[in-house]
Amino acid sequence: MATRKTTTGTPRGASSGTTGSARTADVRDAVIVGGNRIPFSRAGKRYADASNQEMFTAALEGLVARFGLQGERLGEVVGGAVLKHSRDFNLVREAVLGSSLSAQTPAFDLQQACATGLEATINVANKIRLGQIDSGVAGGTDTISDAPVAVSEGLRRALLAASHATTLQGRLKALARLRPVDLKPLTPATDEPRTGLSMGEHQAITTARWGITRDAQDEVALASHQNLARAWDSGFFDDLVTPFRGLTRDDNLRPDTSLEKLASLKPVFGKSLASSEATAGPTMTAGNSTPLTDGASTVLLASTEWAEAHDLPVLARFVDAETAAVDFVHGHEGLLMAPVHAVPRLLARNGMTLADFDFLEIHEAFASTVLTTLAAWEDADYCKNELGLPGAFGSVDRARVNVNGSSLAAGHPFAATGGRIVATAAKLVAQRAAETGETARALVSVCAAGGLGATAIIESV
Amino acid sequence: MTDSYTRLVNTGLTKTLATRLGLPRPAVLRRHRPGEPLTVGPVLVVSDAASKTDADALAQTLLGWGTDVRREPSDDARWGAVVLVVTEAARPTDVSDAVLAVGSVLRRLAPHGRVVTVSRAVAEGDSPELAATRAGVDGFLRSLAKELRAGATGNGIVLTGGAAADSTSALATLRFFLSARSAFVDGQLLPVGPAPAGADEAPVDDDRPLAGRVAVVTGAARGIGVAIAKTLARDGASVVCVDVPAAGEGLARTANAVGGTALQLDVTADDAGARILEHARSRHGRLDLVVHNAGILRDKLLANMTPEQWDAVTAVNLAAQLRINAQLLDAGVEGLRIVSLASIAGIAGNRGQTNYGFSKAGVIGHTRATAPLVARLGGTANAVAPGFVETEMTRRIPAVTREMGRRASSLQQGGLPVDVAEAVAFLASPAAAGVNGEVLRVCGQSWLGR
Repeated sequence: MATRKTTTGTPRGASSGTTGSARTADVRDAVIVGGNRIPFSRAGKRYADASNQEMFTAALEGLVARFGLQGERLGEVVGGAVLKHSRDFNLVREAVLGSSLSAQTPAFDLQQACATGLEATINVANKIRLGQIDSGVAGGTDTISDAPVAVSEGLRRALLAASHATTLQGRLKALARLRPVDLKPLTPATDEPRTGLSMGEHQAITTARWGITRDAQDEVALASHQNLARAWDSGFFDDLVTPFRGLTRDDNLRPDTSLEKLASLKPVFGKSLASSEATAGPTMTAGNSTPLTDGASTVLLASTEWAEAHDLPVLARFVDAETAAVDFVHGHEGLLMAPVHAVPRLLARNGMTLADFDFLEIHEAFASTVLTTLAAWEDADYCKNELGLPGAFGSVDRARVNVNGSSLAAGHPFAATGGRIVATAAKLVAQRAAETGETARALVSVCAAGGLGATAIIESV
Repeated sequence: MTDSYTRLVNTGLTKTLATRLGLPRPAVLRRHRPGEPLTVGPVLVVSDAASKTDADALAQTLLGWGTDVRREPSDDARWGAVVLVVTEAARPTDVSDAVLAVGSVLRRLAPHGRVVTVSRAVAEGDSPELAATRAGVDGFLRSLAKELRAGATGNGIVLTGGAAADSTSALATLRFFLSARSAFVDGQLLPVGPAPAGADEAPVDDDRPLAGRVAVVTGAARGIGVAIAKTLARDGASVVCVDVPAAGEGLARTANAVGGTALQLDVTADDAGARILEHARSRHGRLDLVVHNAGILRDKLLANMTPEQWDAVTAVNLAAQLRINAQLLDAGVEGLRIVSLASIAGIAGNRGQTNYGFSKAGVIGHTRATAPLVARLGGTANAVAPGFVETEMTRRIPAVTREMGRRASSLQQGGLPVDVAEAVAFLASPAAAGVNGEVLRVCGQSWLGR
């Protein structure tokens, strides 16, 4: 096994493209070979009757076809779904069995809310770096259209009691406890269990606290649509997306949207909040929040040796990752602020600053997520008090953020977003490095429910 | 596919009825299955007196292929094939006995039988008598093919440039015409020249003649392209499947079915040839074969044709092939085989298809012109011209027109995508090195055109 002694704290450019990051010596590189996803579709539209398993299998099959992996035994396929039927307990393994990969390819499901896809990538990359596997696929899938519908707690308990009962009398007695209200189905909700607030309401509080204006949010949304449309038109996704069920592009994309159109939308979140001076009323609309979306994505990772042995290209190196969580329940931090905490720790460990990055991929759960993240890093008091830094963490040239669009335009099938971002970031740094001949880097940041966040560094090879 | 008439007249009660009524009964053609015998019965090899040496050589080869070879007509056999060798016939009267010997066994030709003529092309300086004899074979074979029934076909090998009757390419062509791979090729005479030095190699494995070769198939997401990819893979090739990004779903299906790779690429892109070459070389180590199958239809009477309709067809069906070929030739790809999809519409013309006819006749034109260029690199450029083939595309033709298209041929039916694919695979095979600049029709001897 080829290994690489890594160094920490090496300033950028001090070594020729091998600026190391891992703390552990003698781990090898995990590289990103490429990715594949299906076009994302707004809930209830083109994929209305597609299951998570079908979508993930389709994304996997496109990846297999792109890289000629038919019959290949990969080290592991890791992925998950945020909204999952109980019958899908082995969702990813079932997708592997339904794919053209070798049936001897192991798989497991994991779930970390909206960070599922990125967390899956971290897992696969770590196994590769440790030499436990040579290749793997990370990904995720989510469907709002085909979401599980659960029975009420009363009905569930009655049914379980009836199935445990040994006599007919016992069964009838268990079922007799049912009340009409118990027959109402429970539809899935993404509300935070501990606060009862929706993610949008939580973010509305954060948005107001940071004084993010409606105009600024609409500008982020507009840029997302324009950048994604340009990326599609330029063929950027020709080797990152495989059509599914006749859909060839993300159907949430509105290339012709404008600030006027976005400005005409009524706010949907934060309506009960008292207006702050800066924001003058609720600011978050359907236009600057991500829509509910169906879709699936995959990323192929490998050791450099495996990629070479299989004549496969290498886009980038998956350098390092950091997750964080914030106390939004008892504390005062915003629900989606965890990446703000993770990134300074990640960069400190790797001896980098925000200036070392050519691209920032910040998941657009809401336009204001991007803006509060950037604002927080620029705020010296916040960085001192909340992040324990000596001063402001730094500011970012907005032209480097989500250059090919993000979730506002593409949509956000929860677990599928990580794979979309990782593949996009890997291709971006590969293209930039090919143009400049220098190492290019991308910082990936994905916020998630439960006050979670996952972040990662991706670097050209 | 959905030729319900052919199905009806070949099954059950409706078969009996059709026979009683004397309705035309197109045969269910015999198609290639690995492991099955080359022909359905013994092979009779006949020749004029002067061509006996060539006939003997071919008979020897046929024996080597494990077939039951006879040199005399007899009444006890159900003939699988008749090979008529007239390579050295010099006067029209020379061939009489041999031709009549063929006639004497035709009633005992088995269903799916084969008649193959082996003759020489008229060359400059031939005496009028010799030219008449050689040219006569053409009219004889085309007429005979129209007399054959029950899935039997007649095709001819026309040796050019002094090629020996038992040269590798001639034998490969003979094998193709005798086999079930040529099920829908009928009434065709294929010129076969000597293979360039070094290229004249017999395949090691007749079942996998493309083993170790890397092929690119454009338009591989559906229809004939899928069949071509599958057939090339069956013959041992690694296949790069190309189609526009919007067709990626079908493309992935094809690539996974053949164990190849999917390249989502619009063939009209300026750098399509370079990207195809880069993909083939970096991912599969080499490039041996390009099949220009991608094609579109924008049917309109010329009076109603918009610039977009004309230009789109020319761009995809013709200009893309030219650009890709030029880039591959510039790159000096050694031994490159090019097979382009032409069409009967480019030979006979079709009302409402001026754009398509222009593009497909253009394909025939550039194939002939590309042949000497690619020959310098030890390769070949040929075209396959399908007649009526059962695909999604032809299923959209109005019912009456479609039915006429199917029946207006000696085999009285449309071909299947695999029939076109078999012809492509044959032209792509190493042993077909002597076939260059030719157009092979896969049309069941359509009544249209030559």
